[in-house]
Amino acid sequence: MKDKYQKVAYYPGCALEGTGHAYNRSTKAVGRELGLDLVEVKNWNCCGAMEVKNIDPKLQTYLSSRVMSIAVNEMGFDTVMAPCNGCYHNLKKAEYDLATDEDSAAVVDRLSTKAGHATYQAGDIETIHALDWIMHSIGEDGIRDRLKNSLQGVKVANYYGCMYTRPRHIFPEKDQGNGSESTSEPHFMDDLLAAAGAEIVDYPLKTACCGGAHTLSDCDTSTKLVINLLRAAEAAGADVIATECPTCHSGLEMHQIRAEKRYDIKTSVKILYFTQLLGLALGLKPKKLGIHENISDAMEFVKERRLG
Amino acid sequence: MRPLAEIETGIAALAESADPVAAVGGLVALGEEVLEHWLAARGAVPTDAEREGFRLLALHRQGAKGDPSFNACRETCRELAYHYNLIALQPDHPDSGRRLAMASMVANHLFLFVSGKMQVAKLGEFCCSSRPLHAAAH
Repeated sequence: MKDKYQKVAYYPGCALEGTGHAYNRSTKAVGRELGLDLVEVKNWNCCGAMEVKNIDPKLQTYLSSRVMSIAVNEMGFDTVMAPCNGCYHNLKKAEYDLATDEDSAAVVDRLSTKAGHATYQAGDIETIHALDWIMHSIGEDGIRDRLKNSLQGVKVANYYGCMYTRPRHIFPEKDQGNGSESTSEPHFMDDLLAAAGAEIVDYPLKTACCGGAHTLSDCDTSTKLVINLLRAAEAAGADVIATECPTCHSGLEMHQIRAEKRYDIKTSVKILYFTQLLGLALGLKPKKLGIHENISDAMEFVKERRLG
Repeated sequence: MRPLAEIETGIAALAESADPVAAVGGLVALGEEVLEHWLAARGAVPTDAEREGFRLLALHRQGAKGDPSFNACRETCRELAYHYNLIALQPDHPDSGRRLAMASMVANHLFLFVSGKMQVAKLGEFCCSSRPLHAAAH
């Protein structure tokens, strides 16, 4: 276990203050329950997400580097945790760009000087995902030791989305054998939820695209992609799809509703953040985990299964 | 190459076939055709080579050259190859029908991803960046 993950800088990102509010709430609640400390990055900004990256990728690198600079230079952290796949991906990408591209480093230095903060230097901080944070600080045994309400009997399809492991070269710590995450067959969420008692089903679309980036430009394609994800999860026998990305999560929820309205295709699989499932297993109340704030109603399911 | 709409219908038709081995072979072939569309639209000649015994995987690799966001369907191709192996190597397995249904959903995802990506090609790359906007700005 990594003690250094006991207290980390926390970068929630924009989505977790909006549509991903329940992910924010459940991540913090689970952290508190596990005795882990999250200290929010002061005055954080957007990571550059897709919008800025579309126009100027180097500006995205700067925006992500500013978050890392504050965490390391102003707050003294050596680890920053980003639960959102987009933020996590972008901080990792900025780290890679700064280490390998002199032009990006020059742009970041120029903009940092202009903005009046220290320039982030590649390698000064480690960016981790919420899955890394819990897996490496608590681990599967730690979850088993703290179980108050096993997820036994709950069949879960774990959905990682496409940004958690791609592109592989920006995640050098993955694919390092035992104990590390895999880019082709990610398993940290499977392992943690299995430790919490859930039955994990084989889900061949666990890293497939959810159409999130497509939602505004071609909504029907997004809906069709999500229908396929939902149906595949149901065909695999899942009661619940566990997510670890606010964009994927809200996309699955919203297109599940849209699929019924537009195509008359109804699916009943529930969609919950992995932190919400873990929280239930740790004995936390559904409202503390924001389950009542999810778009698709899972409260009844939680009650039926006596999970909270 | 069949039109994309015909490929979509073909994938759905194979999902409930009474001959899972032939059907999953058909799904892999349709997956190859989807990738051929992607390559042809980009002016490339689809390869006849194979990777790990599958032309599907070679075509995906060819399609991702110069377009890293295309790797978002890499595992989908690999899952289709995996399901082909599952069914072809254990044709009498009691789960063959269920495996075929799952293989058709995997093939369908590949179809939806690639055809969606082709539809918005003029607007920019599907996932990560909008190259034309980007090029125009510089």
